[in-house]
Amino acid sequence: MSTLQVQGVTVRFGEVTAVNDVTLSVDVGVTGLIGPNGAGKTTLFDVISGLRRPSSGRVLLDSTDITSRSPHQRSRLGVARTFQRLEVFGSLTVWENVVVALESRRRPSRLAGGLLERVGIAEFSSNQADTVPTGAARLLELARALATDPSLLLLDEPSSGLDRAETDAFGALLRELVGEGRAVVLVEHDMDLVMNYCDVVHVLNLGRLLTSGSPEEIRSHEGVREAYLG
Amino acid sequence: MTALLAYTIFGLVTGGAYAVVAGGLVLTYSTSKVFNVGHGAIGMVMAFLYWELAENRGLPQWLALLLVVGVCAPLFGLLIERFIMRRLAGAPVGITLVAGVGVLVGLIGAAQAIWPPEARPVRPFLDQYGIHIGQSFVSGHDLVTLACAVLVAGGLYFLLNRTRTGLAMRACVDAPELAALYGTRPQRLSALSWAIGSSLAALGGILLTPVVQLDYVTMTLLVITAYTAALVGRLRSLPLTFVGALGLGLVQSYAVAYLPSSPFWISFRVAIPALLLFVVLLAMPQSPLRIGGVRGSRGVAVPSGLATGVGAALFLGVVVVLALLVDTVVAGQLALGLVFGIVLLSMVLLTGYGGVVSLGQFTFVGVGAVTVARLGGSPWTLVAGSLVAAAIGAVIALTALRVSGLYLALATLGFAQLMDKLVLQSPIAFGVRGSLQVPPLFSSSAAQLVLAASLFALVGAGVLAVRRGRLGRRMIAVKDSSAACATLGMNVRWIRVWVFSLSAAIAGLAGGLFAQLRETVAASDFQLFNNLPLLLFAVIAGVTSVSGAALGGLLLMLLPVLQSGFPAFAGAAVVLLGVAAAGLARDPNGLMSWFFRAWSWRRA
Repeated sequence: MSTLQVQGVTVRFGEVTAVNDVTLSVDVGVTGLIGPNGAGKTTLFDVISGLRRPSSGRVLLDSTDITSRSPHQRSRLGVARTFQRLEVFGSLTVWENVVVALESRRRPSRLAGGLLERVGIAEFSSNQADTVPTGAARLLELARALATDPSLLLLDEPSSGLDRAETDAFGALLRELVGEGRAVVLVEHDMDLVMNYCDVVHVLNLGRLLTSGSPEEIRSHEGVREAYLG
Repeated sequence: MTALLAYTIFGLVTGGAYAVVAGGLVLTYSTSKVFNVGHGAIGMVMAFLYWELAENRGLPQWLALLLVVGVCAPLFGLLIERFIMRRLAGAPVGITLVAGVGVLVGLIGAAQAIWPPEARPVRPFLDQYGIHIGQSFVSGHDLVTLACAVLVAGGLYFLLNRTRTGLAMRACVDAPELAALYGTRPQRLSALSWAIGSSLAALGGILLTPVVQLDYVTMTLLVITAYTAALVGRLRSLPLTFVGALGLGLVQSYAVAYLPSSPFWISFRVAIPALLLFVVLLAMPQSPLRIGGVRGSRGVAVPSGLATGVGAALFLGVVVVLALLVDTVVAGQLALGLVFGIVLLSMVLLTGYGGVVSLGQFTFVGVGAVTVARLGGSPWTLVAGSLVAAAIGAVIALTALRVSGLYLALATLGFAQLMDKLVLQSPIAFGVRGSLQVPPLFSSSAAQLVLAASLFALVGAGVLAVRRGRLGRRMIAVKDSSAACATLGMNVRWIRVWVFSLSAAIAGLAGGLFAQLRETVAASDFQLFNNLPLLLFAVIAGVTSVSGAALGGLLLMLLPVLQSGFPAFAGAAVVLLGVAAAGLARDPNGLMSWFFRAWSWRRA
C-alpha cells in the first residue's frame, strides 16, 4: 500500500497547463521528483499539501481521498513541506519558528532544541529568522516541518544554499528519516544528491510525467537527457 | 412607469459621476500598485477649489472647470506621487494605506482651514438647458455628467488599449522591473496615472456637488462608493468598474424612490455603498494563501514578565502622584488620553502584532459605549460592553477575513460606515441625533484617572503576555506566512478571527470607560471619520509597543484641545499629522522606538 497516491492530477492556470494528468505513488523511502524549470514540480507539491486545488484528479493519503481537505487538515494527517521560495516566519527567532510548529500540533516546546540540533542549525537558535543565511533558513524549514512529526515530508530544493559538507550531512539525515518510517519526496537540482539517496525517481517535463524508475534507470533514459539538454 | 424612468435616469447620472471617480481610482491603483484612500479627499478639495474660482471669484464655469481638472488636480496628483507615494513603492499594503490616510486627513484639515464651514451653493452646468424624455426632465447638468462619463470611459479605453503609453502602463502592473528593461519608465507612468487619477477625482467631485453638497467628509467618503464599484472589477477591469458604478447609482436611486422614508431607511440609503461592498466581498472567492518570499519586521523588544510588572507599578505610581497634584480638568483629560490609549492597545494587538490594518476600530469603541449606556453603567456593564464588541468583532471577522490586506482594510472601513448608519444611529443605540446619559463610576476626576490608568496597565500587561505566549507567536507567524502556518497544521482563519475578536473586546472595554467618563455619549463620537486619526496616531506614536499606545492616546486627547484653543493652528496641525504619518509609515515602530533607541545609545 502506498503512502501517497496522485491520480490523474491536472492543474491549469488560464491557458497554461502546469501539471498535465500526472499519476504517481510514493512509499516510505526517498522519492526524487526532478525535471527542468517549469516542469510542474512545485505546483504538484502545492496540490499535495493543499495550497492549490487541482483542476481535475485526486490525491490519496493512506488510501483516504484528501483532495478536498484544507492544508491544515492535511498537516494533521501527516503531510509536511518546505518551500522553494522561503516561508520562514521572519519576525520570530529560529527557535520560536520551531516552537510555533510544535505548538500547532500540541507537542511540547522543549523538543525544539533537539530538532534544531538534528538539522544542524542550533547555533542560530536565538537569531531572528530573516537574518540567517539561506542554507540555514532552508534547514529551519526542514526542522519546522519535522516538528509536526510527518509521515509524508515534501522537500522543495532543500540543498540549495548548502555547501558540500552540509549537503552530505543532509543526505545522512534523509536516511535517518526514512529509517523512522517516513516517506520523503525530494524536488532537487543537485543530481548527485538525487542519484545517491533516492530509491525511486519521477521525472516531470512540461507538466507531464516523463518516466519513473530507479536512479540507474533514469540516468540511462534517453528522454530525460533530452528534456534537460533541450 | 414615468417615475421609474425618471429614477433610472437619475441613477444613471449619479452612477456616471461615480464611474468617473472609480475609473481614476482603478487607473492609479493598477499602474502604481498604491491604493489611494485619499482619492475622495482629492476630489473634495478640488471641488472646493472649483467653488472658490467659479462662485467666489466669479470666473466662468468652463474656465474654472478647465483650471481645476486640467491644471490644479493633475499637478496635485504629481506632487503626491513624487513626494509621498514614490518612496513607498513595493511597501506592504498597511504602509501605503497609512500614507493614504495621512494624505486624506491632511487634505480635510487643509480644506477646513482654507474654507471654514458655511453653505456653499454651486451652480449646475448648463442649467438653462435640458431635454424631456417622455415626462421626465433631464437637466443640462445631467447631460454634462453623462457626457463626461462616456468621454472618460472612451478616453481610458483608448489610452490603455490604443497607445504605447497605455500598453506600457498595463505591462507595469504585471512586472515593473521587466517593463523597465524594455525602456519604459515605471516612475513616469506611475506619475502619469496619479495625474490622471486626481483629475478624474476632481471631475467626479465637481459633477457630484449638486447631488451631495460641498462637504468635507461626505465627499471624502466617496472613496467607499468608488471602491465598491472598483471591486466589481477586482480593482483591475475598467469596464466592470463602470458597470459597478452605474449599478450603484441605480440601486441608490431606486432606494430613494421605493424605500419608505422613515429615519431608519434614510440612514439605510446612505449605507448602501457600504452594504453592497459587503455583498461584493462575500461574492469574492476566498483569497488564496499567498506564497512568496520571507517577510519579517523588527519590532521593539518585548519586555519580560518581571519587567512588565515593574513598569506597570512605576506607571501606576506616577499616575497616582499626578492624580493628587493636577486639577480636575487636567485629571479628566489625562484619563481620556489613557482611555484612547486602551483603544490603541487594541490596535497594537491587531495591527502591530497581527499585521491587520483596521479602519473600523473606533466602531467597537462605540459598541462598548452603547452597551454600557443601555445597561445603566454599573462596573460589570464594562465587561458586557467588551463581550458584545468581541461578539460583533467575531461576526465581522468571519465575513471580512475571507479577504486580506488591502481588501480587508477597506472592508473594515465599509463596516464602520455600515455600523455608524445602521446600528449606532438607530433607535436601539443612540438614535440619529440622540445621545445617552451614563452615570460615572467615580465622581472625582482623580479617581477616574486612577481607574483608567489601572485598566490601561492591566490591558497593556495582558497584551504583552499575549505577545510572549503561544497566541502571540501564532499571530506573528500568520502575519509572516499564512501559507506555512496552514501547512504546519494551524487553522489560519480561526487564529485571525480570535485576534480580531480579542482586539474588538479591548476596544469595547475602552468604549465603556469612555462613556462613563464623558457621561453623555452620542453616535457622532464614534463616526467613521474618527477612525482615521486613530490609525495615524497609532502609527506615529508606535503601533508595536504598549508605551507607543500610551503616547498615542495622550496625543489623540490633545488634538481636540488644540483645535478648540488654537482654531487657526488646528488645520495646520492636522496637515502636519498627515504628513508625519505618511513619512513615518515606513517604520511602524513609531516615535516610541526612537526614544528607546536614543535611550539605549546613551547607555551604550
